[in-house]
Amino acid sequence: MDVILVREPGLFTTVQDLGRQGFGPMGVSPSGAADAVSLRMGNRLVGNAEGAAGLEMTLLGGTFEFPDGAVLALAGSDFGAALDGKPVELWTAFEAKPEQVLTLGPTRSGARCYLCVRGGIEVKTFLGSASTHILSGVGGFEGRALRKGDVLKIGAASGSARTPRLSARALKEMQPRKVLRVTPGPQEDWFPEASRRVFYENAYRVAEETNRMGIRLEGASVAKATEGELTSEGVSLGAVQVPEGGLPILLFVEQQTTGGYPKIANVISADFHSLGQLRPRDEIRFERVDWETARSLLVEQEELLESEELLFE
Amino acid sequence: MVQQEPVAGVRNLHPGYCSLLVKFDALRMRHEEVEAILREYLERLEEVELPEARLVEIPVCYGGEFGPDFTEVAALHGMTAGQAIELHASVEYLVYFLGFVPGFAYLGELPEALVTPRLAAPRRRVPAGSVGIAGNQTGVYPFATPGGWRLLGRTPAKMFQADRDELSLLSIGDRVRFVPISAERFVKLEKEWT
Repeated sequence: MDVILVREPGLFTTVQDLGRQGFGPMGVSPSGAADAVSLRMGNRLVGNAEGAAGLEMTLLGGTFEFPDGAVLALAGSDFGAALDGKPVELWTAFEAKPEQVLTLGPTRSGARCYLCVRGGIEVKTFLGSASTHILSGVGGFEGRALRKGDVLKIGAASGSARTPRLSARALKEMQPRKVLRVTPGPQEDWFPEASRRVFYENAYRVAEETNRMGIRLEGASVAKATEGELTSEGVSLGAVQVPEGGLPILLFVEQQTTGGYPKIANVISADFHSLGQLRPRDEIRFERVDWETARSLLVEQEELLESEELLFE
Repeated sequence: MVQQEPVAGVRNLHPGYCSLLVKFDALRMRHEEVEAILREYLERLEEVELPEARLVEIPVCYGGEFGPDFTEVAALHGMTAGQAIELHASVEYLVYFLGFVPGFAYLGELPEALVTPRLAAPRRRVPAGSVGIAGNQTGVYPFATPGGWRLLGRTPAKMFQADRDELSLLSIGDRVRFVPISAERFVKLEKEWT
């Protein structure tokens, strides 16, 4: 079986696919790629099913050797990749010859870069998914981030010799956004008009203390109207919860499944992938849209992801 | 009910105390459609036959390094250590739901005399197995996580384990009783269960 040797893991690299849905009643959140759109497109580039497992690198990439060669694609942010010292492009499938080494460095754009390999990364699945759930130490490669010396198995691939690239249109439309569109949250009415204005009119900065569980924000404090406490309830991906102190926290892929803070808004599904590219100190804003708009933006995104013109030779 | 009779297009469920968050595939169905289906379920709510509740015993070593807030909580309510332990272990708790992290069961209700607010500043790291209280709830942290509940003790029991048939030790509707154990017994059980 073909393998990948991890010479350097990078800052925080995990095996991710599209996550595990349906285990909320056990308190298990889906996990999965932080920027699922990039992973899906990367998989399409190497000829995989779009949900195949790949490597998610964070802020600083790793160094990987391919003793048996592999067909690869990099998706997401530009981590300055080079194959045996020669620069390789993002969003384009390429071949690594046996024993070639792929080196990635610090990010030049957003937070995450995905390495997809034809055949996918093969790990023992947990609840039907290969995704690493770091907090509970399950899924992925031994339930943890990669370390130097790890050996990853590459799955069997049906041989296609294609090495396509991504269309300019897809590249443009999938560009991560810094203005995140949100729908009203279930407790929007806990926040008086003046607080909502603060939330929508100010820019927020992504805090250093940000990970796959949640994205903490710094900036103008959003005050609640009442002193009331919320009874713990289910919370969804992209929920903007406002704890005491008024600094919003965005719940992310490895989120808690229930919570007791009021939620002023929820990031729309079509913008989830943009969350995965936010780096500490990035500035973001929120723009309110209605459910119908949120839905049609998602439909548009899916149509593009499934279209024939996504890739070309 | 939604678990027994799944609705096509519903992707995930997050139960709470008095709510259920239903996540659905917005590409397949609209909000109004899901709502209409769920309203029919709500009308049949009384017909649901629940499985018989299990009683699960969870051994706990109270106080000391395992329960850093134990002395303060007992003092706050004017109790001796023995009384506080006896009270916490005297009740058969109900698992209202699991949430927060894998295997975290929200248990209630705590005896009135033990009701204590959360810590003003949450701890950055609560060790796995910690038994805490918050308001009229009690529960066990399955993993080392940040947390604001006041910690009374710790259990050697594994609340969530990936390589076990029953991943989560507790399920919705279970009954739970805490059984006080000594530090020696804790060490022994921990070895046995690892």
